[in-house]
Amino acid sequence: MARSETTAQTPSGQHHPIRLYLVVWGLLFVLSAFSYMVDYLGIQGYLRWSLILLFMMLKAGLIVAVFMHMAWERLALVYAILLPPLLVLIFVALMVSESNYTILTRLAFFGAAP
Amino acid sequence: MTQSVQTHSDPDLRPAGLRGVAADFGSDQRAFKTASWGKAMMWVFLLSDTFIFGCFLLAYMTARISTPVAWPNPSEVFALHIGGQDVPLILIAIMTFVLISSSGTMAMAVNFGYRRERGKTAALMLLTALLGAAFVGMQAFEWTKLISEGVRPWENPWGAAQFGSAFFMITGFHGTHVTIGVIFLLVVARKVWRGDFETGRRGFFTSRKGRYEAVEIMGLYWHFVDLVWVFIFAFFYLW
Repeated sequence: MARSETTAQTPSGQHHPIRLYLVVWGLLFVLSAFSYMVDYLGIQGYLRWSLILLFMMLKAGLIVAVFMHMAWERLALVYAILLPPLLVLIFVALMVSESNYTILTRLAFFGAAP
Repeated sequence: MTQSVQTHSDPDLRPAGLRGVAADFGSDQRAFKTASWGKAMMWVFLLSDTFIFGCFLLAYMTARISTPVAWPNPSEVFALHIGGQDVPLILIAIMTFVLISSSGTMAMAVNFGYRRERGKTAALMLLTALLGAAFVGMQAFEWTKLISEGVRPWENPWGAAQFGSAFFMITGFHGTHVTIGVIFLLVVARKVWRGDFETGRRGFFTSRKGRYEAVEIMGLYWHFVDLVWVFIFAFFYLW
């Protein structure tokens, strides 16, 4: 890994074959089409959410890794940039818990939805 | 510039993996050995932007989960009436494909930049800017349509009042990013076209000769705009 990192990262920048970008471009198109189909076909429940999140993460991963060249950057930079946003997931968990409590109290004190 | 990086610390001589990360951060030198300051700082800026967009989406999630009022169904709200029937989310799908294509052309522009093919680089950047402008145009159309249907930051005809504020805040902030990106693209494309990076002509982003990395740094910003849209598409339009 370290070896390939340094060969790709020559002093004049990131050199990769154009074909790689075209393949990723095509994959992003296909994944977006899949996401859209999930909604178009009206898939519901847990299957809907696992599919949407799966396609989302694959797309985000391809963009960051290839288009933004993160796959070839030094690990120090990769960790410095990718770890902090991951911690946002804790914030998400806190807010989900908070929102569930809020709606519970709203329903308990103000009754069901109008 | 790169010379000094190489002599200070040959990345090949440093350990790989986590050991390398520890060595880089504890080396009493710049931590991001192979990424120039320009690139590292663009990444740090994008990290800060990630937190802003993250907070917007989190606030939207909190509002949506905690309200007892039914949330408007995005699949129907963003449907377009085409050929006598409602096609769900069609405009959003087209916008997504346009933005992804702009990311594709941008990635290729960066590649041709490093190969010093100025014509192709500038042309691909202009194409990227054009696709970006098309995206903003479609967003303006979408906003106009929703506003004419009575969506406001404080109310809308279909349900939870918070829908409007979340929609205008999130898509508006993203649209602003795209607009700034289009301007940024045009500025850098002009520099490439005129050969500023060859002559070392002084100016914003062009202080050193042969430094086509400026195109890559610009590209990082543009791909980030596409990246944010991936999350907005999933969380706002598909939820």
